[in-house]
Amino acid sequence: MAKKIRVLIAKPGLDGHDRGAKVVARALRDAGMEVIYTGLRQTPEDIVEAAIQEDVDAIGLSCLSGAHMTLFPEVVKLLKKRGAGDIVIAGGGIIPEEDVQRLKKAGIKEVFGPGTPLRDIVQFFETAAKGG
Amino acid sequence: MADSEERKKLEKELRRWEATTLKDALKALPERRKEFVTTSSRAVKRLYTPLDLPDTFLKRLGKPGEYPFTRGIHPTMYRGRLWTMRLFAGYGSAEDTNERFKYLIAHGETGLSVAFDMPTLYGYDTDEPEAKGEFGTCGVAVSSLEDMQTLFSGIDVGRVSTSMTINGPASVTWAMYLAMAEERGVSRSSLRGTIQNDILKEYQAQKEWIFPPEPSMRLVVDTFEFGSKHVPQWNTISISGYHIREAGSTAAQELAFTLANGFEYVRWGIDRGLRVDDFAPRLSFFFNAHNDLFEELAKYRAARRIWAREMRETFGAKNPRSWLLRFHSQTAGVSLTAQQPEVNIVRTTIQALAAVLGGTQSLHTNAYDEAYQVPNEKAARIALRTQQILAHESGVANTVDPLGGSYFLEAKTDELEEDAYRYFDRIQGLGGVIPAIRKGFFQQEIANSAYRYQREIEDKERIIVGVNDFVVDEQPEVEPLRVTEASFKAQLERLKRMRRTRDKKKWERSLDRLRTACEGEENTMPHILEGVKAKATLGEICDVMREAFGVWEEPLLY
Repeated sequence: MAKKIRVLIAKPGLDGHDRGAKVVARALRDAGMEVIYTGLRQTPEDIVEAAIQEDVDAIGLSCLSGAHMTLFPEVVKLLKKRGAGDIVIAGGGIIPEEDVQRLKKAGIKEVFGPGTPLRDIVQFFETAAKGG
Repeated sequence: MADSEERKKLEKELRRWEATTLKDALKALPERRKEFVTTSSRAVKRLYTPLDLPDTFLKRLGKPGEYPFTRGIHPTMYRGRLWTMRLFAGYGSAEDTNERFKYLIAHGETGLSVAFDMPTLYGYDTDEPEAKGEFGTCGVAVSSLEDMQTLFSGIDVGRVSTSMTINGPASVTWAMYLAMAEERGVSRSSLRGTIQNDILKEYQAQKEWIFPPEPSMRLVVDTFEFGSKHVPQWNTISISGYHIREAGSTAAQELAFTLANGFEYVRWGIDRGLRVDDFAPRLSFFFNAHNDLFEELAKYRAARRIWAREMRETFGAKNPRSWLLRFHSQTAGVSLTAQQPEVNIVRTTIQALAAVLGGTQSLHTNAYDEAYQVPNEKAARIALRTQQILAHESGVANTVDPLGGSYFLEAKTDELEEDAYRYFDRIQGLGGVIPAIRKGFFQQEIANSAYRYQREIEDKERIIVGVNDFVVDEQPEVEPLRVTEASFKAQLERLKRMRRTRDKKKWERSLDRLRTACEGEENTMPHILEGVKAKATLGEICDVMREAFGVWEEPLLY
């Protein structure tokens, strides 16, 4: 049996909007992945620590408060510092187009905006776990 | 429905229609779906008739301005006065938002509504480490009395009513507003407005909590008590279903959970020893206006009827003002699409229509660019114009409860009322609202509904225009709104200057007194007010409370 894909779904910063993160967590679980949900108000340090402890293949960051430009790249930076730069990171939330480009440059592999089909997100994590 | 003779006649007529006219029609053209449902997945029948109304229909309906207020809380509704057009606004610094307030007032807004940024909502100052990256992004930062003074600079707070969406630290923010008004010589008795102050739905849905439920409820009741004595025209709470719905609930869950929370506040007030009629008239409500027009209308009408009944029958309120469910409404942010964003103007119009037909007291309409950002000026103006068109052009404000008597609407109103009572029983079975929060009941119910809704969109059982059908391949153009670095620096500077120049002794003493009050049983409001006047910041006051009360950790589930 193939090893289950392990994904950390995390809410960095103070943002309390958790509808999307929970829906995505559930969709990934239903697609057969092992999902660890951090809950709210996590610092980038908390998230990186959890990702390493849980030995995940990928991280999904959700932020709808507008603090993504500070928080998302910080997670990338800390992961690299801890030698876990191979963990793939995707982000989601209320994110203007020009920020999407900047986040990608900062090492966020993909950014999912409102209205993204769940199957696209599932597929992303499946591909990411295969090293794609 | 009147007598049984007539009912029998109608039943017979209906059977005939089904066997002949309908049968032929279905043979020629089958219906589009096997089952039609509301946004909340409740069945919608093909046809509603007088047979769907109970014999007690007219009694349950009542007259506008009279118990049980199904048709509205005023006898003349919008013929007398239009609803308050109140746009939720806030970004960047107090100066930035003050400018937006003035812009909206200049374009015909009739009430103010403050959106605070995340650090403020959680009781942190702009310069605290927890606030990193969050300054002014989805609301305005108000860390001190000086910020509050700046926010309302040049605005007559003795005349305009102000709503403030703040919960965990609501009493602190309210104290800042009261102190700001006092310094300008505006009497407390003339101040009108609302603090959201609804902590229960924070644990359930919006998630902007600070302290655990019991001390939080104590703070809420402190504001009830203080308000009823000193700020008589202020709504000390806005019991909110809006966020419950945004987090994913159905209309029935929004209705049931909101009212259950409302009853919980009333119980806490009575347990404190307050007379129900002394504080109940200042309890107000806030509901979502989602896509399904008739279901939303039914929700508002059912809410009024249930509240009136329970306040009178269960809580023994004698003052008719205690029976009134007055509510603000906001169109559904969650329904806004990032795809073809201009189309959101149409969605918002239909949702706003539901709120108006449902008898709302005030209304916020979302701007079309909100799936991307806090609205830019033009988008906010169009949102305001939407309300003005409903008020002045559409004609729907010219009569009271225009859809009252619709068989469909009345049947749905009854159905939602029954759904709500079933939830009340379940909540009671779990030991009440706070034990049910600790068990994650509301949170799980809401998450389940959110997931089901999303699956329906995935499976195309539910069509969202521009998202899973009628899609175009385009990059939407939305004019960006950015919080500037200059605003951030100015805010930091103001805080620094204030901390440096304030009277240290007075400041320290006020925080000590507040600490003693928190650890004891006296009302915290006067001490918070003293702290604010002594230039204690939001974060400093909340730190005292965090120490005294502890912080909440929510049950993890998805």
